Amino acid sequence: MRIELSPRASVSPIWRAIAPVLAFVTAFLIAGFVIWLMGRSPIAAFQVYVSQPLSDPWALQEILVKATPLALIAIGLSYCFRANLWNIGAEGQYVIGAVVGSWIALKTHGTDAGAWVLPAMLAAGILGGALYGLIPAFLKTRFGVNEILTSLMLVYIAQLVLDYLVRGPWRDPKGFNFPQSVTFDPAATLPPIFDAGRVHYGAVFAAVAVLVTAVVLGRTLFGYRLRLTGDAPRAARFAGFSAKTTTLAVFAISGGLAGLAGISEVAGQIGQLQPSISPGYGFTAITVAYLGRLNPIGILVAALVVSLTFIGGESAQIMLKLPLDLTQAFQGILLLCVLAADALVSNRVRIVSRGGVR
Amino acid sequence: MSSRTLIGALVGAAALAFSAGGADAQQKLKVGFIYVGPVGDHGWSYQHDVGRKAIEKAFGDNVETTYVESVPEADSERAIEQLARTGHGLIFTTSFGFMEPTLKVAKKYPNIKFEHATGFKRAPNLSTYAAKFHEGRYVIGQIAGKMTKSGTIGYVGAFPIPEVVAGINSYFLGAQSVNPGVKLKVVWANSWYDPAKEADAGKALLDQGVDVLAQHTDSPAPLQAAEARGKFGFGQASDMERFAPKAQLTAIVDNWSDYYVARTKAVLDGTWKSEDLWGGFDKGMVVMSPFKNMPDDVKKLAEETEAAIKAGTLNPFKCPIVKQDGTTVECKGNGALSDEQVLGMNFYVKGIDDKLPQ
Repeated sequence: MRIELSPRASVSPIWRAIAPVLAFVTAFLIAGFVIWLMGRSPIAAFQVYVSQPLSDPWALQEILVKATPLALIAIGLSYCFRANLWNIGAEGQYVIGAVVGSWIALKTHGTDAGAWVLPAMLAAGILGGALYGLIPAFLKTRFGVNEILTSLMLVYIAQLVLDYLVRGPWRDPKGFNFPQSVTFDPAATLPPIFDAGRVHYGAVFAAVAVLVTAVVLGRTLFGYRLRLTGDAPRAARFAGFSAKTTTLAVFAISGGLAGLAGISEVAGQIGQLQPSISPGYGFTAITVAYLGRLNPIGILVAALVVSLTFIGGESAQIMLKLPLDLTQAFQGILLLCVLAADALVSNRVRIVSRGGVR
Repeated sequence: MSSRTLIGALVGAAALAFSAGGADAQQKLKVGFIYVGPVGDHGWSYQHDVGRKAIEKAFGDNVETTYVESVPEADSERAIEQLARTGHGLIFTTSFGFMEPTLKVAKKYPNIKFEHATGFKRAPNLSTYAAKFHEGRYVIGQIAGKMTKSGTIGYVGAFPIPEVVAGINSYFLGAQSVNPGVKLKVVWANSWYDPAKEADAGKALLDQGVDVLAQHTDSPAPLQAAEARGKFGFGQASDMERFAPKAQLTAIVDNWSDYYVARTKAVLDGTWKSEDLWGGFDKGMVVMSPFKNMPDDVKKLAEETEAAIKAGTLNPFKCPIVKQDGTTVECKGNGALSDEQVLGMNFYVKGIDDKLPQ
């Protein structure tokens, strides 16, 4: 006996819409069962994990802060993934964007450089990320090197470059030799949107990226070209679309947005360069891009949901003393349920008995 | 059950869960901890958690403790603030990388007491504390110098920050004091907690002829590597004898319990003041676990050295200290290097067979 998945001829749009909701309910039921087995109240867990963060202005703000880099990077990745190009190195592009942008902050540190500093940093961050993203794209188009490997390996190089800089040339001379740069001047700091809040203008960049991407993918020739290159490469070639230019373009966009996320985090949140400037945003964003089905609005929602699970998980540790492993397991369960729901909506499941005709 | 009664039951249960949490929060002092690794690292974070449990044991129902584990440094501000917002009156952040975030949150919550381990930035409501681990390093250095047959001893370092570099120097000076021809090899794991990497670093050193291995990372992995090869090693932060009964010669145990209990008592009594404590053998913050697997004369030597450091008659960094490049370090302390010089140490002493990454 085996189980067979065969694609459905037509997929009902209603089911498509309901599937993620069902996935969430299922994930919460599974997690609730585990929590109940541990002798805790699943209802209290749900409260702390979901309802409370969503009803507390502070937590909502923290969700936005965390979702900002995830959404920016994932939006960029969606360009690559739609064209069937696998940029796994957003983490590295994020780091290089942060480094190149910070270079301006450090060069102007202590001077009276004016209002141009911040825009220049952001532009440099985008440029740095884009150029770094172009490396695997160039290697692929010119030499046919697998972009999965090169983009991933470039992550480690980026992290070590950052490590070298904060331990060596860019180290704060007054910092007891600890590996960190000076704290950025106010002119080099991305201000919060609301006074005394933590949500910085990176959130606005993310929102703009979502809107622009929605228009580009849905309404422009470039968007059509991307989808065609991904879904039917041969057809794209017949239509005269160059795979080479597409590859270079999507890697540049993806790297640029990751770079913008990097410099926004450093200038808006951390306020200095240090050896670790990302808790793995570049990798989590891959999950976010797929949870959002590569759709800009979907990605925005997915980024918010994923950051909710981080913040809810932390609350669960603090309020209910639930172990970290459980909250991480929940993220995994959630992702599996969403993917399974997707697969079940677009495929028919048949149980084929043994000995059936192959 | 009708849907209305179900909702009623859910709301009731949730209300119950919350009132139970809120009722006694008024009288109790809530003490929160932020750990950089998992409590199960059996080293650094584990030992802080031992201190947390000591608080619970000492004050029983008068306190409630909470911890958040494996908090990435770039993402820690939110976790610290979440503790501050959930009624914690005393918050310990136990890794160097939490320094800036702790400072930021401390400024925002002037009525909450903060304690940051191993940092140097203080505020009226932010204390710092650390332990003179290098005192223990000198003792194990002497043991290593005596126990090595190959004449080459090894060291797995986490990051080349002053605390770790001072430990390496102290270890080497101890070894050199009993074995002038001894050689020291260093490998960097570039992580505080990564058992696989730590084990690889340990094996790399053993492959190079090292027969006594010390480490400044958080897991027992390097010690276990020594045990597997029939060589010797030391426990780090915690007594790790159960992981390597034949290999562990002794362990440098971080004893935070007394300090944590004292600081909690100070908050309860209303006598808490912001201060900076750097204690070693004298304050009981660094303790050697029983000396084992070594001849009696080595054991006697180690015990005498420990006693001499404790009494203040021996300082591991007694002048003259000569750098790798042959220059002598200016002696700013009383016959030894000053505390500031040790806390900001970024050079190797002469004779170490490695180049300090900078």
